[in-house]
Amino acid sequence: MASDTERRNLPPLKLHVPEPKFRPGDDADFSDIVIPAVGETRRPDIADDHRDMPDLSYGLVRVLDDEGKAAGPWDPKLDPDTLRKILRAMALTRAFDGRMFRAQRQGKTSFYMKCTGEEAVAVAGTFALDRDDMTFPSYRQQGILIARDWSLVDMMNQVYSNKKDRLMGRQLPIMYSTKQGGFFSISGNLATQFPQAVGWAMASAAKGDTRIAATWTGEGSSAEGDFHSACIFASVYRAPVIMNVVNNQWAISSFSGFAGGDETTFAARAVGYGIAGLRVDGNDALAVYAATQWAAERARTNHGPTLIEHFTYRAEGHSTSDDPGQYRSADEAAEWPLGDPIARLKKHLIVIGEWDEERHAKMDEEVATQVKTAQKQAEKNGILGHGLHQPLETMFEQVFEEMPWHLKEQMQDMLDENEAANNVAKTR
Amino acid sequence: MSKARENTGSTTQRNMIQAINSAMDVCMERDDNVCVFGEDVGYYGGVFRATAGLQEKYGKTRSFDTPINECGIIGVAVGMAAYGMRPVPEIQFADYIYPGLDQLVSEAARLRYRSAGEFTAPITIRTPFGGGIFGGQTHSQSPESIFTHVCGVKTVIPSTPYDAKGLLIAAIEDPDPVVFFEPKRIYNGPFDGHYDTPVLPWSKHPASDVPDGHYVIPLGKANVLREGSAVTMLCYGTMVHVTAAAVEELGIDAEVIDLRTLLPLDMEAIEASVEKTGRCIIVHEATRTSGFGAELSALVQERCFYHLEAPIQRVTGYDTPYPHSLEWAYFPGPVRLRLAIERVMEDVSGNL
Repeated sequence: MASDTERRNLPPLKLHVPEPKFRPGDDADFSDIVIPAVGETRRPDIADDHRDMPDLSYGLVRVLDDEGKAAGPWDPKLDPDTLRKILRAMALTRAFDGRMFRAQRQGKTSFYMKCTGEEAVAVAGTFALDRDDMTFPSYRQQGILIARDWSLVDMMNQVYSNKKDRLMGRQLPIMYSTKQGGFFSISGNLATQFPQAVGWAMASAAKGDTRIAATWTGEGSSAEGDFHSACIFASVYRAPVIMNVVNNQWAISSFSGFAGGDETTFAARAVGYGIAGLRVDGNDALAVYAATQWAAERARTNHGPTLIEHFTYRAEGHSTSDDPGQYRSADEAAEWPLGDPIARLKKHLIVIGEWDEERHAKMDEEVATQVKTAQKQAEKNGILGHGLHQPLETMFEQVFEEMPWHLKEQMQDMLDENEAANNVAKTR
Repeated sequence: MSKARENTGSTTQRNMIQAINSAMDVCMERDDNVCVFGEDVGYYGGVFRATAGLQEKYGKTRSFDTPINECGIIGVAVGMAAYGMRPVPEIQFADYIYPGLDQLVSEAARLRYRSAGEFTAPITIRTPFGGGIFGGQTHSQSPESIFTHVCGVKTVIPSTPYDAKGLLIAAIEDPDPVVFFEPKRIYNGPFDGHYDTPVLPWSKHPASDVPDGHYVIPLGKANVLREGSAVTMLCYGTMVHVTAAAVEELGIDAEVIDLRTLLPLDMEAIEASVEKTGRCIIVHEATRTSGFGAELSALVQERCFYHLEAPIQRVTGYDTPYPHSLEWAYFPGPVRLRLAIERVMEDVSGNL
């Protein structure tokens, strides 16, 4: 309208604010979630053009059906030994989480985060990667380290911030980092690892290496600008990277609708960026394995990046700091239509005659003992706040490779202060 | 516009969170342009519960959750303000504000100037800051001096429930962008710096007696918490309580000034005090180099040089990321304060 003197008679606009389906006290009913049958979502060739597969961003890669049988084009046809290893790594992850969560409640550390219900995402994904592929995890992929047989004691030392903590007590519990484990330093700032993974993959490609990178973020954090920066760089340079969005439905108290999940799938973002996108049943270890293997092969053969949405459910709170009973229906986890990843793989192994209840119970006992033993050993190195910390001087080390004068001065001030306080803290 | 709630003189005992909540409640009731939003702010009422009950009372379009995107949170606040609203966005932790810096520094802060006053950004960004809660390096930072360095943003830091409410209302009603840092260590009770003794709740502190209605503590006015003649102690936020406790423990006749607003700064109060005492100690939890103490030190030196009887001292955090397990060795506590007081009193007139 050219004139500013006339205004049309229009209905008032309305601001839409998303609302989750269920709140505390509601019965959860997920019957409206569309779950394609196993086999319905096709498996394109590794070398296919991403332009020819937008449908995969709206499908759901599945392998295990409700009866525990594996079927369809995505079945990775893993041997029973590998299946049992994946099952065990998931069970160990859950046992580790249970133990460390309790340790926080007992005042042995400040913070903990479980990945209950999402074990398949990190564990099965890691099994499909090569051991020397680089991972850029978020804070809920402890399963990567466990799948790579990393020392539980070493992980616990970090959780306890004790004198053997490889990160010198500097980081919040669970923010692991190990170059040897191919596990990039976890940041508390969200989605920052996404462009970093792309950069690592670009470097690997630029150097003619054969290793690829994989990264994970929650669906909530995929709202951060870093996610979009990663997508555009990954697309432009066809970086050999796997970008995983773990859609566990909840970002602390905000349901996935506040990350755009009401309007489209998270995998669908790949379409706009010109990246291959897959949407996967994240509670189906075999589907996660198959999708990751597909994406890894694609990346390794210079066919570029893949964005994988793992459709799963965060069965516990965000961390030890929140109470999910305050913001969501208590029976959501039990009602989740895609079940529990450990129970589903267990059922599959039983169905194919490679497992039974007795062996499962024995495995549960074994992983519980393994975790308990590791905890005893780690606690000998100290728990948070009971004197067995790293020497005070370590606070100033590794800010830079070489300590500038002002930090040397401040370090001396700190030591003088400690002396004035009757040497309350341990020094070198 | 709904009917303004008058300050009837009634008060309620409130902790810092409840006082902050009450400030937003009062402003939302008086002015329907005021809205609050941020990560977990709406239904849950914020991870620290500062916005609890506001969605229930004012509806989803005035108190709502947002995507996890700080650039977006501050960016849409600028746009809503350009429309004529008065947004009060929350950044869940000050440590997470950096993705939103461009929208704040390049946009909100300069909008009035670059549009010759046609567009303005009367937004108040609330954000918890500071350590002492074993939050590690991503839940403990004190980045206030980044914001005082930006032209066009006001920076406010309360230290009590009473101040928090009055200052937050002033910030929300202010015509310019304000970053409102909330010292999360003292959300539930004042902290004297002795981490190994139990914290007293706010209910034991007179400043928890908070008026129910509308009142304002003007931005740019410091609070002389304790009058004294031996040394001027400049502090804000959590460190106000740590400083006051150290002064009492040492029995020194210090003048303790709670700055309350870093920008604009109450220079008059600072000058008057330093001219009287001739000594100055600046206390903040933030890292030392280019911290707000550097600015304060320069100002005191420029304006009070001939009154100074000893070099200005800074008591601060160290220039390292905030450590997790060594938190209490990092935190500028009672011992660091005592050593600084001893140093500043040694000069010329001698004894403590």
